[in-house]
Amino acid sequence: MGYYNTMAKPLLEFTDRGIYCAQGKFYIDPWKPVDDAVITHAHADHAYVGHKNYLAHHLSKEVLYYRLGEINLRTIEYGETVTKNGVQISMYPAGHVIGSAQIRVEYKGVVWVVSGDYKTDDDGISTPFEPVKCHHFISECTFGMPVYSWKPQSEIFTDVNNWWRGNVENGVATVIVGYSLGKAQRILQNLDLDIGKVYTHGVIENTNEALRRNGVMLNPTERITSESSKEEVRKGIIIAPPSSVGTPWMRKFGPYSFGYCSGWMAIRGAKRRRAADRGFIMSDHADWNGLVSAIDATGCECVYLTHGYTASFTRYLNEIGFNAREVHTLYGGEEEDSTITEGEEVKEENELSKEEKVSPIGGDLEGAAP
Amino acid sequence: MKAFAQLFLSLDETNKTNEKVKVLKDYFINVPDTDKMHMLALFTGRRPKRPINSTLIRNWAIEASNIPQWLFEESYHVVGDLAETMSLLMPESDRSSNKTLTEWIAEINVQAARTEEERKLWLLDSWAMLDRQERFVFNKLLTGSFRIGVSSNLVVKALADITGIEAPALTHRIMGSWMPEDYTYDQLVQEQSAADNISRPYPFFLAYPIQETSEKRKSAEEVGLALGDAEDWQAEWKWDGIRAQMIKRGGEIFIWSRGEDLATEKFPELHPFLNALPDGTVLDGEILSFQNGLPMPFNVLQTRIGRKNLSKKILTDSPVATIVYDCLEYAGEDIRYKTQSERREILEKLQSETEYPEVFRISSLIQFNSWDELEKIREQSRAMIAEGIMLKRKSATYQVGRRRGDWWKWKIDPLSVDAVMIYAQKGHGRRADLYTDYTFAVWDGDKLVPFAKAYSGLTDAEINKVDYFVKRNTLEKFGPVRTVKPELVFEIGFEGINKSTRHKSGIALRFPRILRWRHDKPKEEADTLESLKDLLGEHGG
Repeated sequence: MGYYNTMAKPLLEFTDRGIYCAQGKFYIDPWKPVDDAVITHAHADHAYVGHKNYLAHHLSKEVLYYRLGEINLRTIEYGETVTKNGVQISMYPAGHVIGSAQIRVEYKGVVWVVSGDYKTDDDGISTPFEPVKCHHFISECTFGMPVYSWKPQSEIFTDVNNWWRGNVENGVATVIVGYSLGKAQRILQNLDLDIGKVYTHGVIENTNEALRRNGVMLNPTERITSESSKEEVRKGIIIAPPSSVGTPWMRKFGPYSFGYCSGWMAIRGAKRRRAADRGFIMSDHADWNGLVSAIDATGCECVYLTHGYTASFTRYLNEIGFNAREVHTLYGGEEEDSTITEGEEVKEENELSKEEKVSPIGGDLEGAAP
Repeated sequence: MKAFAQLFLSLDETNKTNEKVKVLKDYFINVPDTDKMHMLALFTGRRPKRPINSTLIRNWAIEASNIPQWLFEESYHVVGDLAETMSLLMPESDRSSNKTLTEWIAEINVQAARTEEERKLWLLDSWAMLDRQERFVFNKLLTGSFRIGVSSNLVVKALADITGIEAPALTHRIMGSWMPEDYTYDQLVQEQSAADNISRPYPFFLAYPIQETSEKRKSAEEVGLALGDAEDWQAEWKWDGIRAQMIKRGGEIFIWSRGEDLATEKFPELHPFLNALPDGTVLDGEILSFQNGLPMPFNVLQTRIGRKNLSKKILTDSPVATIVYDCLEYAGEDIRYKTQSERREILEKLQSETEYPEVFRISSLIQFNSWDELEKIREQSRAMIAEGIMLKRKSATYQVGRRRGDWWKWKIDPLSVDAVMIYAQKGHGRRADLYTDYTFAVWDGDKLVPFAKAYSGLTDAEINKVDYFVKRNTLEKFGPVRTVKPELVFEIGFEGINKSTRHKSGIALRFPRILRWRHDKPKEEADTLESLKDLLGEHGG
C-alpha cells in the first residue's frame, strides 16, 4: 500500500458531463456539449444536441439526424471497432430500440461496457441483446425491483389484438399509446393487420419515416392529417405518443378506448394514475430477472448502476455476491419515466401543428422531465 | 373466485361509469346468489374478520417469494399496496382452483379455529393454486382495507337495473349491520318494511359544498344567484362533530355514525334521552363534546373516539351531547318524503318534550333576511365553534347521498400559512411510487420546524413536478422518508389549530391540506412558528 501507488485512473469515469474516457478523450452519452460523443441510442436523455462529433450505430443515423438536425455523425456496425488514441470502441446490440447499442471500450486488456438502456427479450424488431464479457459493466436498472416481471411478448400482443378487435366490433376507435422511438415500431410490427389499418400520429410517423430512410422495413402506416376520415380511422388502430393523451387531437376520435403500453403498467396504482382504459405491461427495458441475468452474463468484476431503482438494486446485487456501485447520472428522465409534464404535452402538440418544420432539437423528449 | 378476480380487473380497466355498471351487472348475473351477497358486503365495506395476523401473512409471503425482508419492504413502497406486493413477488402458480368466492370466504373464516402451522400450510397451498390476479384479490380479503374505487352507489345502480327495485330503496336495505352469511339475496330483493330490521339506519343525506376550495370563494351575490330567494331557505350552523343517526325502535336504541359504524356504546351520555323517546323515532344530528353548555373543538372529542373503554376521566373531560337537525322517522313512519319545514316542526315538538334538553339539543335556526346578512353572520362561525353555515331548502325532502340542489354547506375559508416542504414520502394506491406525502415546516429563527403533514391538494401534474424535484434534491434517506432540500413553498390550509404536546412545533392542525404551490415565494418568505402561535391565540383552544 504505497503512498504513491501506481493505480491508474479507471478507463471510464463519471463526470458532470457524462461518462468519460480520459485515455480516448471521448464521452459516452454526455449531457453537456463535448468534442467527441459516443451515443448508445437516439433517445433524448442519451443523445443531446451540441457535440462536435457523434459516433453511433448505423440504424440510429436517420433518427439522430431527424432529432438533432445537421450533426457531424459517423456510424458503425455491431462488432465493428473504432480506435481512438489506442482505445478500442465497439458496439453490441442492446435490444432496447432499433439501433441501440452497448458500448464496449477496451484499453490494455481492460474492458468496460456501457449498456445504455437494454432489454433481454427479443422484441422482433430491435437487434436482440447480446451479453458482452467485461471487467466493468455500467448498467441501467429502470425496473430494478422484483415486482417487475414481464410476460412473453406473444401473450401481450394477443391481448392487444383482442382488445382492438373488440373495439372494432363495438364501433369504438382504438388508440394505443407508446413512445415514438421503440414502442411505436414494436407495436406496429406485432399488430394483426387483418383487423384493420394502422394510423399514426405525426410525431410517430416522422420517426417511422426516418427509420424507413434507414432501410428498416416497417409495416404500412397512414399518417393522420386534418383530411383523415374519422369513420375510416375508427376501423383501424391509432398509434399515438404519450403526450397526445387527453388532448383535443385525441378527443376528436371519440368515442375511443385508449391503451397504454409501458412497464409501469405492472403496478395497479401507476395504471390507475394513467387512467388508461387498458394498460399493457410492455417495456423496452429489462425486468428484474433480465437485469440480474444480464449482469451475471458479463462476468464483470464490478457493476455500476446509473438510473432506476439504483439504491435497492445495488444493495441486492452486493448481497448476492456482485461488486455493485450506485452512480449518479442524468439518464432516466426518458422513455418510460412515469412522469410526463404539461410542458411537453404542449411541445408535442405544437410540433404537430408545425408538422414539417422540425425544430433543430428535433423530435420529442420522450417523457423527459422539465 | 375467478369471476370475482375478473370483476376486479374489468373494473380497473375502465373509467366510464356506464361500463363499470355493465361490468357489475355481468358479475351479478353470472354468479350464485351467495357470491352476490358476499360481493355486496365487500363493496360496501363489510370485510370478513381477519383470521390471520397480517405480520404472519407478510412473513410467509416473504418466505414464498424467496427474497430478503428489506427488499420486500422496498417493493411494498414501490407498489403501495400490501396485497398487490405479495401477489407480484410470489412465483407463478402451478395449479388452478374453481372455488367460488363464498367457498373461499368460508375457508378464510374457519382459519380462526386453526393452529398457526395449519394456517401456514393452508395459505401457502392457496397461493399456489391462484393466478396473479386471483391471488391479489384473495390477499385483499385476508389483509387490509378493501377499497375498489367503485362507490356503493354504482353497485346499487347495477343491482337496481337487475332487480327493478329503485336505488334509494336498495340503498336503504343494504344499510346497517348484516353479514352475507345471514342476509340472503332473496331477502334483499323481497318487499320489506323498516321493522324487518329494527337497527337499520336510513342512508344519510349529505350536503354539497357551495365553494369547493378557498380559491373559488363565493360572494353573497353569487350564492343568491345560485340559490334564489333567501326566504326559501333555512340556515343553521355547520357543527364540527360526528354525524350520527339515532334510532329508537321496539324499545331498543342504536347510534350509527356516518361510516355506518354502530357506535351506540361509545356515547353513553345519549342513552337516557334516546330511551325516553317514543318508539319509531329516528333522528339525524351531530355529536359533539360539550362543556358548560358550549360546544368544544373537535380535537376534544377526538380524544375519545377510538378508545375501547371510556374511562371516568374521559367522560368528565369530554362529555358529549347531540345537536339534532332532522327527524327521519316519527311514530314508526318514514317521513323523509315530508318537507324540511314539516320535519323541523316534528323535531321541535319532540325536543320540547324531552327531559334531557342539555343532551338532546336542537340546531337553532339562524335568522336572516338576505344573503348579504347571512354572509356577515357566517364570519362568526369560528367563534361559534362551527365550520360554517348549512343551507337547507324549506321544501326539501330528505334524500339519499350527496346531492346537489337542496342541502348546501357554506364553509368558512380555511386558515392558512406558507410553509416549506422538508420531507417527502411515497404515497399509496394510485399514488404508489410517487412522492406525494409531504411534511412542511415554518421558520423558528433560522431553523425550519416541521408542523404539518399534508397529502392532498395538488394536481397530478404538480405532483409529478414535485416528485421530480424530490428525486433530484434528496439530502438524506431514512427508510421510506427523504429529507429534501428546503426550497419549495406551499400555502397550507387548515380548519383549526390546537396546542399539542406530541409535536415538536407544539401545535396540531386540523385537516391540513395544500391550497396551492407558491412558485412566487422563496423559502425565506415562508411563515414563522410565531405567526402560527398567534393563530393559536385567536382560533385555538
